Amino acid sequence: MSVPASPIASAEQAAAAPPSGAGAAAILAAGIGAFSLAVFAIAGDKIAALKSFFTFSRPTGPLSGVTTCTVAAWLIAWAAFHGLWRRREIAIKPVAIAAVVLLVLSLLLTFPPIADLF
Amino acid sequence: MEISVRSLWTLTHGMGFGALYLLACSGALIELWRRYSPQGDVLPAARDESFMCVYLAMMAVLAWVAVLTGTYVIYPWYRAAPPPGTTDLAGFPQRLLMASPTTGAWHSIGMEWKEHVAWLVPISITMAAAVFFQYGRNLRRHAPLRSAVLCFTLVSFLAAGVAGFFGAMLVKHAPVEGGPTLHIVHGE
Repeated sequence: MSVPASPIASAEQAAAAPPSGAGAAAILAAGIGAFSLAVFAIAGDKIAALKSFFTFSRPTGPLSGVTTCTVAAWLIAWAAFHGLWRRREIAIKPVAIAAVVLLVLSLLLTFPPIADLF
Repeated sequence: MEISVRSLWTLTHGMGFGALYLLACSGALIELWRRYSPQGDVLPAARDESFMCVYLAMMAVLAWVAVLTGTYVIYPWYRAAPPPGTTDLAGFPQRLLMASPTTGAWHSIGMEWKEHVAWLVPISITMAAAVFFQYGRNLRRHAPLRSAVLCFTLVSFLAAGVAGFFGAMLVKHAPVEGGPTLHIVHGE
């Protein structure tokens, strides 16, 4: 169920709207997390020492370390940017573009024929 | 009628968590696009906003459960190495696929992509849910924020689709089988 938009409601929301910084932090961190997945996956595949390092769980193999490190990188980036930006108004557009570019790069770089170019 | 424990896990992972995520994702995309558009002429009601919060949270839970069961329950069975001298590779799907040039790419491209790309899904949808919790209907005022949330949700849909497609094809060519057998119904 929806209610018609009114100038009063919009004004109330504008007053209550949280600053854009928290959203920018979440989006950029997700982009960084996604991109780090591709970087860790390629590095773990190409560098024997890293392949061994990433084997956190023997049955799962290097995928366990690649994904654990990815989640760690994502959460650390999120906490860091959130701490820096949560009370600030941040220009969302460039941050969003950067995050989406990182996400799409990750989608492409995890595709094995492209990952094998490195 | 019977099913092996490993088949049951694979079924739950793919048809339960994965397919349900894909269905839910299409609904989330439409809802975020339609109701939270800056050009929209109606404001979502508080009840709708609460529903969307729960909906996105459930999607995030589904995505995490899907990747965790895939990575730590099913994948070890898939990549298990056969003992030396094993000739029947039916219980070792990765080796079975790699043993033939006609099926090798299902592992080298299919599984290699699936195992990584699937992890983009929980990261993307957790972010989308967190942003929605924080901003709710105010997303209408932050058009680039809403666009980014939509892009991440769309990519999570594509990534889950890739993972689901290759999962289905891998099961078709080299199913993860084994473990105890569960008897569901006894035949006539």
